[in-house]
Amino acid sequence: MTAFFQSLGLPFEGAWLLSTIIGILVIALPLMLAVAMIIYADRKIWAAMALRRGPNVVGPLGLLQSFADGLKVFLQETIVPSAANKGLFLIAPIITFTVALMAWAVIPFDTGVVLADINVGLLYILAISSLGVYGVVIAGWASNSKYPFFSAMRASAQMISYEVSIGFILICVVLWAGSFNLTTIVESQKGYYGLLNGNGFNPLLFPMAIMFLISALAETARAPFDLTEAESELVAGYQTEYSSMAFALYWLGEYANVLLMCTLNALLFWGGYLPPLDIPVLYCVPGIIWLFAKILFFFFVFSWVKATVPRYRYDQLMRLGWKIFLPTSLLFVFLVSGFLMLTRYGGAA
Amino acid sequence: MIAHYIKSFTLWEFVKAHWLTLKYFFKPKATINYPYEKNPISPRFRGEHALRRYPNGEERCIACKLCEAICPAQAITIEAQPRDDGSRRTTRYDIDMTKCIYCGFCQEACPVDAIVEGPNFEFATETREELIYDKAKLLENGDKWERAIAANLAADAPYR
Repeated sequence: MTAFFQSLGLPFEGAWLLSTIIGILVIALPLMLAVAMIIYADRKIWAAMALRRGPNVVGPLGLLQSFADGLKVFLQETIVPSAANKGLFLIAPIITFTVALMAWAVIPFDTGVVLADINVGLLYILAISSLGVYGVVIAGWASNSKYPFFSAMRASAQMISYEVSIGFILICVVLWAGSFNLTTIVESQKGYYGLLNGNGFNPLLFPMAIMFLISALAETARAPFDLTEAESELVAGYQTEYSSMAFALYWLGEYANVLLMCTLNALLFWGGYLPPLDIPVLYCVPGIIWLFAKILFFFFVFSWVKATVPRYRYDQLMRLGWKIFLPTSLLFVFLVSGFLMLTRYGGAA
Repeated sequence: MIAHYIKSFTLWEFVKAHWLTLKYFFKPKATINYPYEKNPISPRFRGEHALRRYPNGEERCIACKLCEAICPAQAITIEAQPRDDGSRRTTRYDIDMTKCIYCGFCQEACPVDAIVEGPNFEFATETREELIYDKAKLLENGDKWERAIAANLAADAPYR
């Protein structure tokens, strides 16, 4: 696209800036729309598993429910508690939301269809998702209120603990693919046993796929790890004092993060934009469709878990993170690297 | 012991639970689509009150005040006077629907089946004052719901 704008007579810098901005809009606007629809889908799936109907009044089948909620939130008054630190209080949701969007820059939607094809894409995503903690901590602290503060403490401890094991899980994938670039990682998953696309079909990486799914639930504070917003103990979590657009930003950011985690699941373990089977006919369907189908499937799993499993206690969460996931993922780093050393890099040094 | 470890590492109980919820996902919904669908209600359902009339248009109530006397919430207020033709009739028959507990004692006490609780339960209002029913409103309810009320009374009669 840069070349196209250059051909219209713009200098390279101008053309690059323009095409990047267009690229950002092309990713961010459909993402916001997807988040709105995914909130609706979440409520519908959850309702169906509880034998309820879910939203069905606004628009056909209730499809416009999220937009109605958004409009309502827009029209509300932004309340800043008098005891709050005003600057930080207002910056916190912006941080959460921005960070949730930023990570999408390196997601490949198809071969070469990626905003920033940097060779450390996975590191970038790790870094960005760690920054997400700041939005939460600042919100809890700046609210100057008891329960948001407790919730922010829990959330930060939870996110950091699970990032550790997510890091090790990602190292397994990176070792196998031999690259941090997400496009290369996806391409490297082609043709397991000459038939299957996806690291998840690799017996050494399959347990990692499951653990990554569970860690992703914890990282995005979804049920059963949603004890940062355990309403019986903590009112509504760190966003208790927020209203209006600030609250909506948290909402959107949270679901954008959930979508990101679903996308990472699809990209890292289940072949991303490749079809699930390595059969030429399936490549007729555009890669982006396969990616979306996989994202939707993982989102369904997220909702499914939410509708099934009760909330973990805080100590259980920490025990799972530090005493089970961390040693297991370390063990698998050892196994994967050992296996690769033996097979791909010619035996013990 | 080993079985326990195998179970917890294969997340067996989670798999079972998710299979169960997946089956529920495809089951028909238990909730009804309320304003468009309604549950059937019993002939004995105790809803909004109504004062009935005889088929010739004469109101049934004879102002015996048994309903006023039995009402545990003291929601009913009756004033009575002989009419010009000498029959005893109410001049005032008020029910405070915000006090009423819908126990049905008034319709049990009534010797002439005048005051009844009909099948209507959708009479929410926007102001409190609208819920203080007077005689005109109750008679109007009676005219409006007479067919349903008569059918319910007939259906329930064999069991009384």
